[in-house]
Amino acid sequence: MSFLLSCPNCGLRDVYEFKYQGEVTKRPSGQPSQRELSAYVYFRDNVAGIQREWWYHRVGCGQWFIAERDTRTNTVLGTEIPLPARSPDR
Amino acid sequence: MRLPKQPNELIDRETVVSFSFEGSPVSGFRGDTIGSALYVAGRRVFSRSFKYHRPRGLLCCSGQCPNCMLTVDGVPNVRVCVEPIREGADVRPQNVLGSLDRDLLGVIDRFAGPFTPVGFYYRTMIRPRRAWPLYEKFLRHVAGLGRVPANVESRRYDTEHLNVDVLVIGGGRAGRTAAAEAAADGTRVLLVDERGGTGADGYQVLAPARAIGIYEGGLVPVDAGDVLYRVRAARIVVATGSVEQPLVFPGNDLVGVMLPGAVRRLVDDWAIKPGERAVVVGADDRGLDVTDQLQRAGVEIAAVVDLRSSETARISASGSGGRLRSVVIGPSARKVGCDVLVASGGRQPAYSLLAQAGALIEYEPRRSIFLPRELPAGVETAGSVAGTGDPAAAPLASYGTSEGDKCFVCVCEDVTEKDVRRAVAEGFDSIELAKRYTTVTMGPCQGKLCHLGSIRLLARETGTPEDEIGTTTARPPWAPVELGLLAGRHHEPMKRSPLHFRHEQAGASMMWTGAWRRPFAYGDVEAEVRAVHQRLGVIDVSTLGKIVVDGAQAGELLDRLYPNRFSDLAAGRIRYGVPTTDGGRILDDGTVARLGDELFYVTTTSTGSDSVCEWFEWWNTVWGYDAEIVNLTGALAAINLAGPQARDALASLTDVDVSNEALKYLDARELSVAGVPCLALRIGFVGELGYELHFPASAAEHLWDALVHAGAVPFGLEPQRILRLEKAHVIIGQDTDSESNLLSAGMPWILKLDKEDFVGRFAAELAQERGLGERLVGFTMPSTTLPPEGAQVVIDGWPAGRVTSARVSEQVGRTIGLAWVRPEFATDGAEIEIRVSGSLARAAVTLTPFYDPDGVKLRS
Repeated sequence: MSFLLSCPNCGLRDVYEFKYQGEVTKRPSGQPSQRELSAYVYFRDNVAGIQREWWYHRVGCGQWFIAERDTRTNTVLGTEIPLPARSPDR
Repeated sequence: MRLPKQPNELIDRETVVSFSFEGSPVSGFRGDTIGSALYVAGRRVFSRSFKYHRPRGLLCCSGQCPNCMLTVDGVPNVRVCVEPIREGADVRPQNVLGSLDRDLLGVIDRFAGPFTPVGFYYRTMIRPRRAWPLYEKFLRHVAGLGRVPANVESRRYDTEHLNVDVLVIGGGRAGRTAAAEAAADGTRVLLVDERGGTGADGYQVLAPARAIGIYEGGLVPVDAGDVLYRVRAARIVVATGSVEQPLVFPGNDLVGVMLPGAVRRLVDDWAIKPGERAVVVGADDRGLDVTDQLQRAGVEIAAVVDLRSSETARISASGSGGRLRSVVIGPSARKVGCDVLVASGGRQPAYSLLAQAGALIEYEPRRSIFLPRELPAGVETAGSVAGTGDPAAAPLASYGTSEGDKCFVCVCEDVTEKDVRRAVAEGFDSIELAKRYTTVTMGPCQGKLCHLGSIRLLARETGTPEDEIGTTTARPPWAPVELGLLAGRHHEPMKRSPLHFRHEQAGASMMWTGAWRRPFAYGDVEAEVRAVHQRLGVIDVSTLGKIVVDGAQAGELLDRLYPNRFSDLAAGRIRYGVPTTDGGRILDDGTVARLGDELFYVTTTSTGSDSVCEWFEWWNTVWGYDAEIVNLTGALAAINLAGPQARDALASLTDVDVSNEALKYLDARELSVAGVPCLALRIGFVGELGYELHFPASAAEHLWDALVHAGAVPFGLEPQRILRLEKAHVIIGQDTDSESNLLSAGMPWILKLDKEDFVGRFAAELAQERGLGERLVGFTMPSTTLPPEGAQVVIDGWPAGRVTSARVSEQVGRTIGLAWVRPEFATDGAEIEIRVSGSLARAAVTLTPFYDPDGVKLRS
């Protein structure tokens, strides 16, 4: 894995500068069932295709952002700092 | 013998350079390689082959084949044909028993043939099983090429990063032209050249250096000897050229059989006469054109065979002592005496880097070579790597094999034509299987000289066209790399606290804790514990994580991040905090002090500072609270002053009222100590009255000295571990693991389920609903027994838990520890057994701290 990733603050950088935090998941709200909780905590879609995922510019500006990446080719389609949800959802 | 001056010779005849070979002196000129100097000195046998120990001589003379690999100054497998001559070098043969000319293992070639067929190591020497140790000893001795010396001088390797617009790989004519063109408009161009060479026309040159792969994102690692450059380029121009392919015929590995490039280099570069009488067989003009060099060198040309026009079906070389003497060739099958046979089957583009980058490799039947097609974006070719070149004949897979000498497809691994036939007969009929079974293409040349040949043979033997057979996967590294280069510089990153040199001066024994170096103890562990209990101690806790959370919604953010509440914490007060994940895992622990309406000061464990800060920032990116998170870990030092005399010592160094009324347990105050502005946190990890002072790191030594001067005894990590265990304070990650939760770890009071949602709430509710499977409890036992960490807890003869921490406490007068047990044993006084050194020792469960259970000392 040696692709380049564009930090919304710093621009195109070597992927080794970043920490990968996995695909974007949706945190259940209210009183979720145990099945929903298990799915949220343990299960990931692991798509062969375009995935929305969390990245952290650890060796850089310290920004968390979301990237859209094709997991088959490591082509990064775009990156963005997400709008805050201010709710339990993510 | 040197020839008269050649027009483009590389040697400087004025400067003589000497080295030793097998202990005898050899000399050459500057500009020679070790290989050319040896050749001119009359040496023809350079190595012994991998399996059969056959004599081998210069074949490609361009650093690709294994034939000239020698040990130079202790470094094995140096290809001396391209290794520049250097004064005093110690050159020795390898893979021989005896000498190059008389290798006792050469007997394998003559007698062991029937016993060492392809894959012999899978099926011979298996029985009798008892004899295996003997076989193994012998095999280990003869296997492999070269030896790594036992006492290697350590060398330094580095990694550097380079960013350019255009990277040109290959410094031949096409590469140089492409680089100059690209650089014409001011574009930043880097050219990587295997041979020497300098920059020109506005581009930079890295030489001698080799690109060893093309990875995604245009990443090209370049081996420049001691430095591995990680080059990133927007455009990559591959100009790696093409590789002359040997022909497959009996005796094709005899010393004297050469590729045209070898003759060209011997004559043009070093002015050396290759031999006396030569035969030339070629499939294209470039192969046949070496007659020019041979004539110029005064070599008699006995025969020239152009494979494009002749009906040659048989070539057979024979010799004596491994040296070429004659060849039978051509439609007439006449025998021609010669000592040089230039045999070339045309040129195969060196497409490996392109294939790694994602190009499609297709067989071109008319020319019988593989060509790169459909180049990926950002990758281009220049020159003959694209397959441009003279019209060439498609050579036969092999020429006459029913009689004569061995017929090699792969000189690196000593794989013969017969081996490939046998592999196909045994069912290994796909190229990937045949490759792994015969190890063809898996030797030092990595298929440069044998990949094409082995596919042609497989095609003939299986009756399948070459394009259906396809190629094997091209993987990095494209050329051999020293392991040290990949390992990089040997270094062990270390974090030092701002008090590091004070600890060293005080004679502390230092230990690793994560990346930190911390004092284990300064001397007598027990004495340091006693000093804290009875008088006064200081410990450097600068490694603790220190995070400021500042903003109108800082309290709300912390309420969402922790299972307990912080928005209702009064300014100047401290609360213990244990962040957990939504899966229920305990992440870390530390204290949270409220310094103002909008300002919180969070401490974390020493190892948790970065991860907790990242965790906070991640959630706040999701939620967007009005709060800034700043990691001050490196900027601040911290010292814990603890012991019954702590208040008096602090009072002597500050003007502020630090009485028990003014600065209560769990109070946080900003005050000046010995002139240093500090944040004093009155907490008690070690169980005695204590103040944790946080202050700018630059003042660390000054404040430390002042506290020591005031009578405080420095104590290390080991005394601190005893002290904290006496209070049954857990260390996250040692006493807890990923299965632990707040309830099982005995911290139910932390959990505030009456507040709104927080990270970890779901898991906490679930844990409460399900009940506990295990609980973390304290235990005591006689101080004559000390269970190791991880010792088994046994109940009624069955394993029922494990010890996570244990120490002998002088203060308590017993061995104390923490252990996970089944919940029914989590009662004061319950009896358990612990396995220590194979026998069972009795212990009693304790649910309260072993020392000062009511925290009277902390509050005093």
